[in-house]
Amino acid sequence: MKLPIYMDYNATTPVDPRVVEAMMPYFTGDFGNAASRNHEFGWKAEEGVEHAREQVAAAINASPKEIIWTSGATESNNIAIKGIAAMYREKGNHIISQVIEHKAVIDPCKYLEQNGFRVTFLPVDKHGMIHPDQVREAMTDQTILVSIMHGNNEIGTINPVKEIGALCKEKGVIFHTDAVQTFAKLPIDVEAMGIDLLSCSGHKIYGPKGIGALYVRRKRPRVRCEPVIHGGGHERGMRSGTLNVPGIVGMGKAAELCVQNQKKEIEGVTGLRERLREGLFGRLGEIYLNGHPTQRIPNNLNISFLYVEGESLMMGFNDIAVSSGSACTSASLEPSYVLKALGLGDDLAHSSIRFSIGRFTTEEEIDYAVERVCSAVEKLREMSPLYEMAQEGIDLSKVQWAAH
Amino acid sequence: MSYSPKVVDHYERPRNVGSLDKNDPNVGTGIVGAPECGDVMKLQIKCDEAGRIIDTKFKTFGCGSAIASSSLATEWMKGKTVDEALEIKNTEIVKELSLPPVKIHCSVLAEDAIRAAINDYKQKHETMAPAEASAGR
Repeated sequence: MKLPIYMDYNATTPVDPRVVEAMMPYFTGDFGNAASRNHEFGWKAEEGVEHAREQVAAAINASPKEIIWTSGATESNNIAIKGIAAMYREKGNHIISQVIEHKAVIDPCKYLEQNGFRVTFLPVDKHGMIHPDQVREAMTDQTILVSIMHGNNEIGTINPVKEIGALCKEKGVIFHTDAVQTFAKLPIDVEAMGIDLLSCSGHKIYGPKGIGALYVRRKRPRVRCEPVIHGGGHERGMRSGTLNVPGIVGMGKAAELCVQNQKKEIEGVTGLRERLREGLFGRLGEIYLNGHPTQRIPNNLNISFLYVEGESLMMGFNDIAVSSGSACTSASLEPSYVLKALGLGDDLAHSSIRFSIGRFTTEEEIDYAVERVCSAVEKLREMSPLYEMAQEGIDLSKVQWAAH
Repeated sequence: MSYSPKVVDHYERPRNVGSLDKNDPNVGTGIVGAPECGDVMKLQIKCDEAGRIIDTKFKTFGCGSAIASSSLATEWMKGKTVDEALEIKNTEIVKELSLPPVKIHCSVLAEDAIRAAINDYKQKHETMAPAEASAGR
């Protein structure tokens, strides 16, 4: 077992060696510009790109003609949100989203708010889930776009996108979903789920960083969006710029590998995650799972460890890579907005750790992590004034703190 | 962010973790910070008759820098009189632990904790001294 151990797969993933192998020829051999129509160098590159388009489309039951390449899901989200807003501005100026979307959705929405659009950010329930009825109630005759993510990156909760998609079809409103954490890893069918736009990313599915895709529906209805980047009209006019051929080939291969092994990987990763969960909950008291207990992406566990602060906890098992919702770990000193939106007190937000495992996680690593995490929690509780007060029977919510 | 070796040292081998009896007349207790901020420090001092600090203990809920700052504070306070301990400045803690700018507030909280513990001790002794004088007959 190699140290340090990586358990931050929701942040990024290592590139699968098979993906690297698929990419290599396009760096120095078939290095042509895919837009060079007049010679074999271009044709070879184009072939690689079109094959990857098919691989990505197959993962969501879309047509390859409906896939456009971007620099990543952040860009895909920007095109979807700003591009739809610009294109359908005459029809209406209202957008519906929700409070715990990734910043790559929230920030474009906020930008639109500064530019004549109204955005409703729906609140989530205590598990971080959005219900279709909330979307229905928020809709007006000015609503042109609903953007609700499939699986949440921080707490793992999966939203009922099929029901939301059906509702949007009923109301004739375009439906976009940020599927970064679920694309190719969970079954997604854009037809069955009524999805009109979908964002995904290469580096979350064992592909390279710097590449993503946006699915844009062409039939029933035909969805059009204005580009964010202009300059040559590539990707059906929706995203100009020379294609990142090796990145694209890599993302295609990565998607194909995920889809081929999807069922097995879901089972395997869920099993390891449960082993981690049972290990921690079996030994420690006063720890809480954040997010929905069952409707969650297979690889994620976000846990609050009461009376212990997140950054100091990570120091206690610093040979395991995870992330925390604690303010101390963010550049802004604000605790995670996702955890706060769940109604978690700040103390629980500061005490949270996100464990996210993946393809290369082993049982040995899980068992090691359980041991290290439990030891660190126990040691820090011994050092915690809050734990001491709780042991004495003091109700911490009633204490008058002398904050500075 | 990587931690300075001294912060790591205080985290792995914290000095003076624990509790003193807060009802002991010679013990001063200071609790500062709030769970909402992610930082709570409890600092305690025990003094001899001359007002010299002979024992210190701390417990902290907070990041590595907060733990190190309070651990260091307990180290520095030992052997000083309460008035000497009031001279301890957060900037000295920052320097000793090589705290980056984003962690300076941890040292400020530690300085507040020192003051709170000493004030608590002094209050006990202001009220006690007259009482003792009258009880001393």
